[in-house]
Order: sequence, then C-alpha cells, then structure tokens
Amino acid sequence: MEIIPLTKGTMVVLKEQDVVPFRNSVKEYAIKIRMGLLNQTKLLTACSEMVRNMLRYGNGGITVVEIVTKGRNTGVRVTFIDKGPGIADIPLAMQDGYSTGKSMGLGLPGTKRLVNEFEIKSELGTGTTVTITKWANG
Amino acid sequence: MGPFLLVTIQIDLYDRLALNLEEDLVRMVENTSSKGVLIDISAVSIVDSFMGRILGNIASMSRLLDAQTVVVGMQPAVAITLVELGLPLNGVYTALNMEKGMLLLQSMVDTSGLQEDDGDHTLD
Repeated sequence: MEIIPLTKGTMVVLKEQDVVPFRNSVKEYAIKIRMGLLNQTKLLTACSEMVRNMLRYGNGGITVVEIVTKGRNTGVRVTFIDKGPGIADIPLAMQDGYSTGKSMGLGLPGTKRLVNEFEIKSELGTGTTVTITKWANG
Repeated sequence: MGPFLLVTIQIDLYDRLALNLEEDLVRMVENTSSKGVLIDISAVSIVDSFMGRILGNIASMSRLLDAQTVVVGMQPAVAITLVELGLPLNGVYTALNMEKGMLLLQSMVDTSGLQEDDGDHTLD
C-alpha cells in the first residue's frame, strides 16, 4: 500500500537550541492526528535522537515533518537530511552499543525500536537521510 | 532543606542547559555538603539518551561526593520509551513521587549524625 503525504512542514536545525522548538512542532502534528500520549512520547524521543545525531555528526540539516496516510492508518513521518560525512557501514551503525562518538550508541537501533517505519540512506561525502514514521495507532 | 538538595526540572531541557544543570548540581552538592539529591522530572515529557545520560552522570558524580540521588515523578510513557530505547537508567534510584523519594533518600542516608531539623525548613 502506498503512503500518501497530506501536510508538510520544513525546519532547519543547525544548533542545539533548535531541538526543542523542532520537537514541539512535531508534537503539534502528532496532536493534530490524535496520536496517543505513549506514541507521541516514542515519536518525540525518536526525533530527539535523530536530530541530535544530525547535529553531532552532520553539522545540522533540514527536517521535514509530514502527516501521511497508508490505508486506514494516519501517521507522522519525519525526514532528517544532512550533508555530513555520511555513514560508512550502516549495518554496523544499526547495532546496539556501536558508536563512533562518545555516546552509548543507542541512537539508531533505539530509534528504530520506537517507530513503525525506519529508513536510512547514506553516502560517504554526500550526507545521510533518515526517515521515520509513527502511526497514530501503531 | 535539611541535608538534601531538591531540583525540579520544569521544562524540556536542551543540551547546553542539561549540561549546566549537571555542573551546577554537582557544585551545589559540594558547597552545601548535601547528602542527597532529589530530582523531580514530572514535568519532563521527553527523556532521550542524552538526558538519560545526564541523569546517570549526576547520580554517579554525586555518589563520588558522598551524596545519593533519587529521580522522582517519571511519567509512565517516558519509562516505557526509555526501556524500548535501551536505556533502563541502571544505577539511578527512582521513586514514584516527591514524598516517596524523600523517604527513600532518608533511608539511604544516615542522618543521625546531622543536626536535627528545627522545623524552619520546608521540604517543598
């Protein structure tokens, strides 16, 4: 089944002070589709992890928030686009506990567990794009 | 406030603010010779791995300065999210609310050698 985007908002995140306003804007979308509190919390935490990754490893970037539908499901899809160095080995980066930085390496695998759909594309020297989707009742 | 420090986090902290809190709090533990730190996160709607690490750091650092840390008031949705994220905050003591947190701190800290509370201080 195809995912159809309905509304869309773009936001540039370049510094850590942008994180909380970005999270709040995602929350507005989640509330708009009546996402429950638990799913909201999971989505916002996932967004927080991803946007932090983007700041730390990609020097910031662009986020796109959309309300999407797929069949009877409505959800929020968030895309994180950075023009950083890219990820050399995505399967390795998706392992629990792996990190090139000083963090605990929960970011990518942890985020994947919190959302319904998770997609990552990366090219060395070009950048990384992560797309996550959380269904309102998912 | 007796031998304990009480911290209420009222807003969702961005990174710099959280790091400042960590630093200020550890400094306060030293300055006031506190035996315990109570952190109320009931108003915090998101605890991500960064914020979780800050809470763990505060607990570890305070322990090195002979103070115990109890985190209280975590929202159930936050608890579920933290475990799924893979961050069960091991090593951080928690209690359901401020009152229970205070009791837990008192049980962990031997306050018998300290000056008796003269009643002028309120806990909240």
